[in-house]
Amino acid sequence: MRNRVLIVDDEPNIVTALEFLLQQSGFEVAVAPNGEEGLRRVETFAPDLVLLDVMMPRISGYEVCRRMRERPEWKHIKIVMLSAKGRDVEVSKGVSLGADLYVTKPFSNTELVAKIGALLKGG
Amino acid sequence: MLQGWVIVVTSFAYLGLLFAIAYFADKRADAGRSVIANPYIYSLSLAVYATAWTFYGSVGRAAGDGVGFLPIYIGPTLMIALWWVVMRKVLRISKENRITSLADFVASRYGKSALLGGVVTVIAVIGIVPYISLQLKAVSNSFTIVLRYPEIIMPATVGEVPILQDTALWVALILALFTILFGTRHLYSAEHHEGMVAAIAFESLVKLLAFLAVGVFVTFGIYDGFGDVFARAAADPKLSPLLAPLEGVAGGYASWVWLTVLSMLAIMFLPRQFQVTVIENTSERHLNKAIWLFPLYMLAINVFVLPIAFGGRLHFPGGTVDADTFVLTIPMAEKQELLALLVFIGGLSAATGMVIVETIALSTMACNDLVMPVLLRMRGLRLNERPDLTGLLLGIRRGAILLILLLGYLYFRLAGEAYALVSIGLISFAAVAQFAPAVLGGIFWKGATRRGALCGLLAGFAVWFYTLLLPALARSGWLPIGLLEHGPFGVALLKPLQLFGLAGLDQITHAMLWSMIANVGAYVLASLLDTQGAQEHRQASLFVDVFTRAGEGAGARFWRGTASAADLHSLLARFLGAGAADETFRSYARAKGLAWPGEPLPADAEFVHHVETQLAGAIGAASARIMVASAVKEEALTLEEVRKILDEASQVVMYSHRLEQKSRELEAASAELRAANERLKELDRLKDDFLSTVTHELRTPLTSIRAFSEILNQDPRIELAQRRKFLAIITKETERLTRIINQVLDLAKIEAGRAEWSETPVDLRDLIGDTVSAMSQVFEEKNIRVEVRLPDRVPPVRADLDRIIQVLLNLLSNAVKFCDQVHGLIEVSLAEDDGSLRVDVRDNGPGISARDQQVIFDKFVQAGDALTNKPQGSGLGLYISRHIVEHHGGRLWVQSRPGEGACFSFTLPVMEAECATES
Repeated sequence: MRNRVLIVDDEPNIVTALEFLLQQSGFEVAVAPNGEEGLRRVETFAPDLVLLDVMMPRISGYEVCRRMRERPEWKHIKIVMLSAKGRDVEVSKGVSLGADLYVTKPFSNTELVAKIGALLKGG
Repeated sequence: MLQGWVIVVTSFAYLGLLFAIAYFADKRADAGRSVIANPYIYSLSLAVYATAWTFYGSVGRAAGDGVGFLPIYIGPTLMIALWWVVMRKVLRISKENRITSLADFVASRYGKSALLGGVVTVIAVIGIVPYISLQLKAVSNSFTIVLRYPEIIMPATVGEVPILQDTALWVALILALFTILFGTRHLYSAEHHEGMVAAIAFESLVKLLAFLAVGVFVTFGIYDGFGDVFARAAADPKLSPLLAPLEGVAGGYASWVWLTVLSMLAIMFLPRQFQVTVIENTSERHLNKAIWLFPLYMLAINVFVLPIAFGGRLHFPGGTVDADTFVLTIPMAEKQELLALLVFIGGLSAATGMVIVETIALSTMACNDLVMPVLLRMRGLRLNERPDLTGLLLGIRRGAILLILLLGYLYFRLAGEAYALVSIGLISFAAVAQFAPAVLGGIFWKGATRRGALCGLLAGFAVWFYTLLLPALARSGWLPIGLLEHGPFGVALLKPLQLFGLAGLDQITHAMLWSMIANVGAYVLASLLDTQGAQEHRQASLFVDVFTRAGEGAGARFWRGTASAADLHSLLARFLGAGAADETFRSYARAKGLAWPGEPLPADAEFVHHVETQLAGAIGAASARIMVASAVKEEALTLEEVRKILDEASQVVMYSHRLEQKSRELEAASAELRAANERLKELDRLKDDFLSTVTHELRTPLTSIRAFSEILNQDPRIELAQRRKFLAIITKETERLTRIINQVLDLAKIEAGRAEWSETPVDLRDLIGDTVSAMSQVFEEKNIRVEVRLPDRVPPVRADLDRIIQVLLNLLSNAVKFCDQVHGLIEVSLAEDDGSLRVDVRDNGPGISARDQQVIFDKFVQAGDALTNKPQGSGLGLYISRHIVEHHGGRLWVQSRPGEGACFSFTLPVMEAECATES
């Protein structure tokens, strides 16, 4: 069975790139352009892993992460935070909110896919 | 049963009880547990105001005048309401200057003038003598009457009794002895007479109770309550006029007003009132309670006056019984032995209380302000060389007490018969009222001088003497009565009772009017014409500014001389006794942190001043001044030197003002520094945020570029169409990256003020036209209709052409981004508007919320968050545009309502005329 990955990001070009990349890598992919849509898709799509951009309008990636972690039935879903802001404070904030991984943009495609694979295998 | 011996024994037992109370209070005071440091005792002691005059005389006055007795009690009630302003100040001054009496107060205020103190003393003694005679008359009359119980026989005329059989003489002597025992046990007169005050307070209770007892007995025992008494009085044709308030008083309203004023002054300036109110006061706070308790006492002791007066008139219709004795004779006629005895004791209380306090106050004045200054100046007496003068001081005071009471008796023999009790008392009131201008003026008017006070006092006293005392003596037959009827030497204008033809007033009103005119007139005029000496000037400001100046040390600066501590010690020992002198030195040394006598005290100006103040507490300010001057070698200060000292003082004040200002400036500076620091921190935070945001804005396009590059690089099998799409994205993102880098550089230059501006005259019509046509391809691609409305002619503006184009491009590309996706419409218009040109760029997009309108001009803020598609851009465009417009002296703003599109406008000022011609 193919693992499901949900991409939540407000940058359409980055979404296009990630979607293509992950589909190529054999994942079943869904996308959401903002936080609210992202939370709805978690519900309907039931992903195994969420790629979550931090800087999004209204509901930030942090907030989406926090809300997801409040729901025990979503506890198994892996969360990978993606952010163009790479300062230490932001990394530790993401981790403290329950993210499994924090990846700084720009990233290497191979590395990202490898890390996602590892996370899903480990869980 | 009321035999003579019962009355005599009771009287002495009562006096003994008073003495016991006084003794007990003194012992308690020595043990440090003062009885009189209590507002209730203080208020009761003020009731020494109610004397035999009140006790017997009010009824007498009421029996003749109806409510005419009332002003004497209304006055104090009104005055005491003003005490918080007046008396508090007098109290504070007296405490700080160790004032021992009213004369001392006046003398001290006007440059420690011994002459002025003496004048005040003489006026007080002469003025009060009739008042004391009144007490003697009341006590001896009541004694004579009660002795004849149960018969009611009025006492014989004074002149008919041989002196040695005259009760009044014996009363005077006994009271003198009693007062000497009471009042001269201590020497230090600025200290409190604890025993005396306690006894006076007790007496105030006794006289009140006795009077209330008679009142209740008459009103409810003989008659059937107030209504009954008044109804019967109204029914009596002789009494009914008394019920009409002002009918009974000669002179009507004028008389009421003057009597009220007179008693307002009396409550402050009677020597005994000054004694209990000021000298015996232990705390300024006691005034608070006294201000309502004392009027309450006045009310209580007046409630039954009219019923007793009417009762007496109804009871003794023949007029054979003197109305002044009704209080006593009604219980006697009703065979109420005990009540009669109680009344007699009450009257005795009222009289002794007055006599004791009054003579103590007067004897202090006589000793400190009259006798001592004279004795000390008489070098032949060699008083300076006597080691101990305490005995002499006490002797003088005791002699003064005896003398004053004998003077009172003399007046009683001379003039006592001609007047009722109240009339005698009013003569004294009018005398002490003469002190009012000098004292009240002295504490509020710094310009009042010694000569002014002296002139006022003498003028007022002279008029008083001429219009009140002289007639009293003439009526008693000691002066030709023709003096009153035709004036001296037949000059009618100088008739003592109708001075300068002023007739139609009662005697007191007449005397008060003229004496006050003379007094205040002379006081003010002489003060205005006079200049103050140094000493006078200093005392004046010590008194008037008592609340604003620092304590007693203030006066010490105006002294220069040499003194030895030993001389000062022997001086103090002479007047206070060696023990008290030691104690004074020890406590002063303690305050200075020295261990006297081990360490010597420096005999500097401050210490000399301290010794003088201590001495003043015993012998008054004027005498103390003389003594200190004789003990130390003083160098007189010239006016020039005083002025120098004052200059120094004012320089110190100025300096301290400057210091205060400096410290205020420093405080302000440090507040500014704190604010600047806060601003720096804020800037630092902003810079941090800015970097973080720039980083984000740079990394986002980089992310896409890298991801697609890797995809294209690693997967050769990608279809061509997709490959093209990815490459297009890479190109777009690269452009975005370039734009952001350019804008950031631009921003940095503008913010640092390093931007180069090449300003030329610009025609905005051309600029708008060129810019819109340059963007026409974009509009076509997005299918947007553009409407441009330009006026035919506009004046040029002076601007940097490229940067204004940048602004317009930014506004247009924003409009392109946000306008309606299907039927896009952008309107551009130009208008001249009050000295500037305005450019509007309007789109038909979703509009901007009010909240967003406030922030879109900030760095890195983008509107359009509500859209699902995030608009492209750095978030720097509007921020930079606004900077550019404002640099040109214009404004950039937005008007929008959600759903109705947005209109961005900017203005640029029209070029000045001369600049325009240059082009």
